[in-house]
Amino acid sequence: MFAGLSDRQWLWFAAGFYLASFLLGVSRRGRAGAWIYALAGFGYALQFVGLYLRGREDGGCPLGNLFEILQFTAWSAMTLYLVIGVTFRSSLLGYCTAGLGAALTLASLAVPDWDSSRNAHLFGGNPWIELHAALAIFSYGVFGLLALTSTLFLLRHYSLKSKRIGGWFSFLPSILDLDHIGVRLLTAGVALLFGSLVLGAVYWAHDTSLVTASKLLITVPVWVAYAAALTLRLRGRLLAKRFAWTCVLLFLVALISLAPVNASRHPEPERIAIQPA
Amino acid sequence: MSAPGFFVLGATHHTAPLALREKLALSPAAEAALAAELADAAGLRELASLATCNRVEFYGVAADAAAIARVQAAFCAGRGFDSAEFERVRLSLTGPAAAQHLFEVAAGLDSQMLGENEIFGQVKDAYAAAQARGATGPVLNRVFQKAFQAAKHVRTHTAITAGQVSVANVAVDLALNIFGQLDQTRILVVGAGEIGEKTVRAFQSRGARSLAVSSRSGERAMELATALSASALPFEQREARLAEFDVVVCSTAAPETVISRASAEAAMRVRPSRPLFFIDLAMPRDVEAGVADLTNVFRYDLDDLAKIAEQNRIARAAEVERGRELLRARVAALWPRIEALLADGAAGAAAAAFRQHPA
Repeated sequence: MFAGLSDRQWLWFAAGFYLASFLLGVSRRGRAGAWIYALAGFGYALQFVGLYLRGREDGGCPLGNLFEILQFTAWSAMTLYLVIGVTFRSSLLGYCTAGLGAALTLASLAVPDWDSSRNAHLFGGNPWIELHAALAIFSYGVFGLLALTSTLFLLRHYSLKSKRIGGWFSFLPSILDLDHIGVRLLTAGVALLFGSLVLGAVYWAHDTSLVTASKLLITVPVWVAYAAALTLRLRGRLLAKRFAWTCVLLFLVALISLAPVNASRHPEPERIAIQPA
Repeated sequence: MSAPGFFVLGATHHTAPLALREKLALSPAAEAALAAELADAAGLRELASLATCNRVEFYGVAADAAAIARVQAAFCAGRGFDSAEFERVRLSLTGPAAAQHLFEVAAGLDSQMLGENEIFGQVKDAYAAAQARGATGPVLNRVFQKAFQAAKHVRTHTAITAGQVSVANVAVDLALNIFGQLDQTRILVVGAGEIGEKTVRAFQSRGARSLAVSSRSGERAMELATALSASALPFEQREARLAEFDVVVCSTAAPETVISRASAEAAMRVRPSRPLFFIDLAMPRDVEAGVADLTNVFRYDLDDLAKIAEQNRIARAAEVERGRELLRARVAALWPRIEALLADGAAGAAAAAFRQHPA
């Protein structure tokens, strides 16, 4: 049935399963935990196949255009949820992650321009540069999940302060659990992005002309902002609602920064046109 | 009734007020004695009794209406209760309606506190006791087993058990919404009143272990602390040591506030990232209103808790009809089999066994 499908078709199917997982979660108010997890897991496997086909074609990690970056970010967030999510014991977090995955994958699929051409041989066969890029995008996936848990925190906080705890609010995890998950995700994301920046810095030190100033001016401040948020949180200076809002806003900034980062590659890699599936 | 039939006979909180139910209440010993007395009753083939604080009911298989009347007469005589007065409050159903009633009872749809879990265990115990006496046969076995399955189905597929309907349990649920689990949560009880004690016991029943009691009356504080296996905290230290606790249950009779905003603010400076939850059950209130504005601090008073409990009760009530509908379908599916059991003499064989093995 799946033989001969193009990578984009696999990714469309994956987006469909993520969406189905999210809609099932919403309609059943998280009661069908196993089905939510299974649908998201199946979508994840399909997305893995789609990204694998892309990567094989390109001979490296598929991060050659905005479409692939968004796909990889969604895949990273799903990886994290499917690997460690069960410890959260929250089907709500599961279907919200599936919702995030669906939003990112569908958005990337819906704009053909984002995938009309791709930077070929992006990493020049250098596995360290590939690891640098993969770690950076994986950290964005972690920050995506952090934004999601922060949103759930804000909803839980609102429900407790406004004394509305029934209905949909009753499926939210506890405020302390969400806070703990948030701190762990932020720590992991900062560490991953730091690792990516260190690898990038080694590469950059060999030849400073390979990285544009605009890329440095965008990516380094993103890490600094997240690291500052973590420091303030651990020192008890950025708490509860303010911490959650900071994480949500920083992710929006990080997400917006992907487009200029992608456009600022230097020297301009060879671009190849993608034939429609 | 001319053919053998399944019946329920009894009195419940719907028709019998508490004073009457007290007179009708069956102790385990009285229940056993009644079962022994009815073991040889003519026309009575199977019998199980369910006695809780809200109901006393007999489920059985009778050859005719006279057999059911014998159960009523024996029960009323045993309780010293006038049979005519019993008839004014009694519940008497036969056939599928009786099965529907048992299903609803087991599912908690007929309970005073809608959706409560305790009744399910009580019905199971009643059935087990009847089985142990050898008083059940193919009909009761099947109807009770199906009632347990149906009750589980209703609890899973409706929101009949959603939300808490008592103030104490609502407070515990709120604490769970804040802290996730209670085994590491430190609780301070300020005031040694009954409502505070009830609330703390609800916390204990859900896993809370670290408790302290603080009361103006040191003697009463010690007494309550001993009863709750808690430690006592001098009343004058309650504000200074606030940072040591996660949940503060206040129920004093003091005319002025006993927890000020300033003391809560000072406590949060010590533990900024850990929430602090005030449950103010006192009238007038013990916790200064401004406390609720602090970051990571949550304050609920008696009205807030009662309002949530009432909302939950209304939500549960809205689910009752959906639950009944699910049960009706189950009874309809079960009933042809019960009729076959009654008709093919299987019930008669059980009756013989019932007579041979009295309690």
